Amino acid sequence: MLYREAGDFKTTYAADSQTFPIRFDRFAYWSLLVVAFLVVPFVINDYWANAVFVPFLIYAIAALGLNILTGYCGQVSLGTGGFMAVGAYACYKLMTAFPEVSILIHVLLAGGVTAAVGVVFGLPSLRIKGFYLAVATLAAQFFLVWLFNKVPWFYNYSASGQISAPERSVLGHAVTGAQTTAPAKYLFCLAILFALAWLARNLTRGTVGRKWMAIRDMDIAAEIIGVNPLTTKLSAFAISSFYIGVAGALFFSVYLGAVEVGEAFGIQKSFLILFMIIIGGLGSIFGSFAGAAFMVLLPVFLKNVLVGHLGWATDLAAHVELMIVGALIVIFLIAEPHGMAQLWRLAKEKLRLWPFPH
Amino acid sequence: MNKTLTALALVLATATPALADLVVPSLSYRTGPYAPNGIPYADGFADYFTMLNERDGGIGGEIVQVPECETAYNTEKGVECYESTKGSGALVYNPLSTGITYQLIPKVTADGITLYTPGYGRTSAANGKVFANVFNYPANYWDGASIIIKDILGHEGGSLEGKKIALVYHNSAYGKEPIRTLQELAKKDGFELIEIPVDHPGQEQKSQWLQIRRDKPDYVIMYGWGVMNAVAIQEAVNIKYPMDHFYGIWWSGSENDVTPAGEGANGYKSISFHGTGSDYPVYADLKKYVYDAGKAAGDGTNPGNVLYSRGMYAAMIISEAIRTAQAATGHAAVNAAEVRDGFESLDLTEARLTELGLPGFAQPIKATCADHGGPGTAMIFQWDAAAKKWNAASDWISADADVIDPLIAEDSAAFAAENKIAERCN
Repeated sequence: MLYREAGDFKTTYAADSQTFPIRFDRFAYWSLLVVAFLVVPFVINDYWANAVFVPFLIYAIAALGLNILTGYCGQVSLGTGGFMAVGAYACYKLMTAFPEVSILIHVLLAGGVTAAVGVVFGLPSLRIKGFYLAVATLAAQFFLVWLFNKVPWFYNYSASGQISAPERSVLGHAVTGAQTTAPAKYLFCLAILFALAWLARNLTRGTVGRKWMAIRDMDIAAEIIGVNPLTTKLSAFAISSFYIGVAGALFFSVYLGAVEVGEAFGIQKSFLILFMIIIGGLGSIFGSFAGAAFMVLLPVFLKNVLVGHLGWATDLAAHVELMIVGALIVIFLIAEPHGMAQLWRLAKEKLRLWPFPH
Repeated sequence: MNKTLTALALVLATATPALADLVVPSLSYRTGPYAPNGIPYADGFADYFTMLNERDGGIGGEIVQVPECETAYNTEKGVECYESTKGSGALVYNPLSTGITYQLIPKVTADGITLYTPGYGRTSAANGKVFANVFNYPANYWDGASIIIKDILGHEGGSLEGKKIALVYHNSAYGKEPIRTLQELAKKDGFELIEIPVDHPGQEQKSQWLQIRRDKPDYVIMYGWGVMNAVAIQEAVNIKYPMDHFYGIWWSGSENDVTPAGEGANGYKSISFHGTGSDYPVYADLKKYVYDAGKAAGDGTNPGNVLYSRGMYAAMIISEAIRTAQAATGHAAVNAAEVRDGFESLDLTEARLTELGLPGFAQPIKATCADHGGPGTAMIFQWDAAAKKWNAASDWISADADVIDPLIAEDSAAFAAENKIAERCN
């Protein structure tokens, strides 16, 4: 009844092709933005920022990045953790080498460095596909982690091989280092996520995104209709790696503040982000958010229920939590192989017909 | 929908326990590849405080709460645990993870909470002039490396010229810590250092031990943790490496590490900065008030083993620091800042240890504003596989301060410069 196209007249091409054609959706989108930018920063505390929002925002950026490559362009990648490490170490080197430059520029430059590295590791995708490409990117994962462990230049010759983010600020507010306030952290990540998600949405529905999807759906047919596989695949690798690099840089500098490469950016991270986009929905911007939310919030939520409310022993709760998360992943994928984004789509279809489904 | 969301939000938000008297959160790990070592430590830590609560009604009449939070040795979960517990008035953190320690150092400094990392964490935190809120007495990783080399020197008649020593280490901040010290010592004593990293979690070490078989180092030093320890000792047994030439740092010398290798592990050496075994008088009280009362943490199989003793050691130092703070301020409900001062003015004597029922368990500590690192002494223990127990194989050995102090000064100065920290205590 409320959720419908009827009566919402489009009089221009721009209005006709907008992201949210239904008025109710637009309203929900704008109110979400208002809440996220204008309400949450005033009520957020350290726990909410560090345990819930900041990891969610950062993982959402990484999931967006991987979704561009895997979901839109069809190139399977298991190198996400390695590329995040490139972003983190690039950001660290830039932060310590040019302390006077704004951290925002460093984060974006770290994304740029990762894009270049991603293109190099994307080159094999021109020859190999599917599982074989997955193995090639797996090599990138292990090589990059090994590199950052092996070469002391990357961690400024510190005794432990740890990199620690010094304090840097944006517009006079610290966003990295210990003095960072919860709202500053949150807003910094949110602003970057908003800009990148907006960019991703518009890329994927324009020429670039259509080329990616053509390659994903059938590369030979795409080549015949004039899509250049070289530029298309490499642009997907570059843009995807840019996103993942930005996520890695934020993960290190804003979220954790100190990382060691094997622990923070190991193969588990690659799988975690791959799970996010599979559960959220391949080839969907909403899916990236849903998947990141599912994988970040569910464990925290379960922990608080099991330990905080039911008073279970922490080890029992941790084991049960793994089982519940695992079972939910399996159930989700059996119930809806196209992920949460598809569930959302179906829900919206049903809402349009409600309350007269026939 | 909105109701569900509100309920969800409430559950996410109410992670913190109610405000209590004295809160010492235990960031433990009872799951994952490091659980075999994390469990006994967490049990010892919890049991000691339970005993204080049951026997004395807490410390100075204030009950100590030890809320446990599972980190699985994972830094992201460590951050979550820190944030979810700090609001409850947490006084001290003891995360038993070098990675989490590195993350928490800036956070605790900003929040004014103490981080106590006995025998782990950032070595240069021993310099109290730079690290105001971090304490790592009685000994650190560099002390450990130096003490092992000193013991080897003793066995080699005072010279290591032309010898080869291999360092098998966990390829993380923890494992890399001793490298710089060992390199300095290699220069000083003339031995050749072979660095052999083992990646997390360390279940596969065939290639590393193949390299050891090929290079034939005279001694092997291990900085391992979790399953890595047991695997390394088993591999050493497999290649018939002489066990009395194989030294583990204190994190690589628990019963759980040596028992899987059975008889073969006989003679394996490890160092420790405290005693082990359940012969100390304190165990009578533990038995009476904790074990027999059914209040023991975990499954109750750990009392008396090395890591249980270490958890208890950490709990004992923390409780003594709280006591020092109570004595200095004159009130029992001390806050985090007062406990920090308590750590800084801690004076743990032999006589006090005897009073606590732990005579000869550890070395006396006298902390000062500048010295957060303690005496830097440890003992060598050797595993007796037949009797299944660790025997002391040396007296207390102190580290080579001439080598370590300049390294600490250098590393902490770099940290101070990076973070624009002005030196204190001048």
